[in-house]
Amino acid sequence: MSIPLVIGVPLSWYLILSAILFTLGVAGFLFRRNIITVFMSIELMLNAVNLTFIAFANKLGQNDGHIFSFFVMVVAAAEAAVGLAIILTIFKNRQTLEIDEVSTLKN
Amino acid sequence: MNYLLLSLIKTAVVVGVLMHTLAYLQWIERKVIAHVQLRVGPRRVGPHGLLQPLADVIKLITKEGMMPSHVNKVFYLLAPFIAVTFALISISVIPFGPIINVGGVKTGMELTDLNIGILFILGISGMGVYGVALAGWASNNKYALLGGLRSSAQMISYELPMALAIASPLLILNTLSFRQIVEKQSFYYFGFIPNWSIFHSPFPQIFAFLIFVIAAFAETNRVPFDLPEAENELVAGFHTEYSSMKFASFFMAEYANMVTVSCVATLLFLGGWQPPFPVQYGSGYIPVIIHLIAALVCFYHAANPARPFDRITLPVFGVLFLVIAGVFLIPVLQPVLLPLFWFGAKVGAILFVFIWIRATLPRFRYDQLMKFAWLFLFPVAMINLFATSLAVALTAK
Amino acid sequence: MDQILFLLFAGIAVLCGINLVLQSHPISSALSLVGVMGALALLYLQLGGEFIAAAQLIVYAGAIMVLFIFVIMLLNAGKERAVPRYLWVRWAGLPLLFAFIAAMAYIVQRILPPSGEVKFGAFTLGSAEAIGTRLFTTYLLPFEITSVLILIAIVGAIVLARKEIE
Repeated sequence: MSIPLVIGVPLSWYLILSAILFTLGVAGFLFRRNIITVFMSIELMLNAVNLTFIAFANKLGQNDGHIFSFFVMVVAAAEAAVGLAIILTIFKNRQTLEIDEVSTLKN
Repeated sequence: MNYLLLSLIKTAVVVGVLMHTLAYLQWIERKVIAHVQLRVGPRRVGPHGLLQPLADVIKLITKEGMMPSHVNKVFYLLAPFIAVTFALISISVIPFGPIINVGGVKTGMELTDLNIGILFILGISGMGVYGVALAGWASNNKYALLGGLRSSAQMISYELPMALAIASPLLILNTLSFRQIVEKQSFYYFGFIPNWSIFHSPFPQIFAFLIFVIAAFAETNRVPFDLPEAENELVAGFHTEYSSMKFASFFMAEYANMVTVSCVATLLFLGGWQPPFPVQYGSGYIPVIIHLIAALVCFYHAANPARPFDRITLPVFGVLFLVIAGVFLIPVLQPVLLPLFWFGAKVGAILFVFIWIRATLPRFRYDQLMKFAWLFLFPVAMINLFATSLAVALTAK
Repeated sequence: MDQILFLLFAGIAVLCGINLVLQSHPISSALSLVGVMGALALLYLQLGGEFIAAAQLIVYAGAIMVLFIFVIMLLNAGKERAVPRYLWVRWAGLPLLFAFIAAMAYIVQRILPPSGEVKFGAFTLGSAEAIGTRLFTTYLLPFEITSVLILIAIVGAIVLARKEIE
């Protein structure tokens, strides 16, 4: 892999960074047991995708990517509100945040 | 001139002025509250206690930095750092005056003019809550934890009316850059009523201004919204376990936040550094007159001293005020000093209101605080925003 | 200069991301995520997205993450219990992750033309004005639908979080 001698940053660097962050999010989602940490891993994945949107918006010279990532942020905000309310309810009913212990539908 | 060098000089000036303002704001607060309560306030260190801030700084620096054994060490040390950093960063986009020409170098009186200046301030002030929340959590103390919890809930709640209150003048002014915000408020109706946002003719933003100031009280954890550090419920709230410079960092952050919100209120609603009436009617002489009056008051009290010490100190202050009045008359310095004076006067007035309210009002109860934000402030801000946007849409050319 | 800044912020983002996954206490993870978001906001600035950078700070770091930290503090969530993992997860997990990243990097490198570099200041459509114009003309319908979505989320959150009436 030869890095071309230019002043700017190659677009691929942004995409690779996004891939690394997304993978970290997946890893956190799979390996962590705390519901809140799992939720935060999802947010990390959303952020990684946002970076891709913005990088491609720059490459293509359009700001549609910015608008998409704006929508992602709004949806993430809504998701966080509902998700955290669900976590609060779970904690109220089961007194635990371990995701493995919340595997039955009935309490 | 080199951009880097210029930025460094401006940073040095701004940091120097800001640090002194923060130190003396605390002296002013103690003096004002003392006089409201019919006391004299600090007057041991230096004439009229003027060296008290210096003494406080020396005391805080030389105190032993205690580290309680039960705290989470990383976050305990990180929290005051976060609080003070984000409080001080936001001052960097505030313009204090117009673009000036010093020795052939044209530069704006601010560190940088971002075209998203107001969003930058909102974002950075939103980060400041982490300092308080983390301090409360890392202290591993029930009072501190309650303070941190209260603070994060309060700041999230009051950010909404604050953002809505900021949005309505922005609809009129149609820009996000602070410099342009001020420049768009620079003309006068009928030649003498200033076109500031709170006087803007078809839809004055007086409600937005009031909502902004009330929300600012809550965002900076000031009385009557100082629930996070309510001393008779929570010992000292989130900074119970902090001492020496770590405590001073929280203190500085609170005052820096006060200065920032006052600056933002001045720029958004009160026309920044624009004088309240045009220069041709003699607004340039107001600072001279004010300082002359101050000098006369000093001389009068020196002639009739309340304490023997005043016979020596007050004439010195009187002469100082006379010199300042003279400096405002020098034509070369006027384009620099007059905007600074008006900006400082407006910010000072808002800061005085902060202190005045602290000396006057009792504290809210926690449920009242939340009810006030969601059932009163938020709907009013929403209605104000609707009315303003309707008016803007109807009057748009 | 651009490359140095990119590497700096990308390094911060990756380190914070790794920290998020490795820390066993949710508060540490939450703060690492705030660090990732801050670094990403700076990268957005480098890509010319001023408005998105500010929105990232205000919405993500300033509101959503504060909510997370609030809930963590409210529930007094402690450290995660260490659970014995399957043997193959312990030995194959990390190499598989690296293989996944390497495969993605390889594909990205092969597909993208080498000339696609990003210069600071070259992209000017990221201002609040440009985004606002686009949002309220081309993307008006999605915008309105999003507001309905938020309304649903508000109602849902209130229903879920209210006290049980016996």
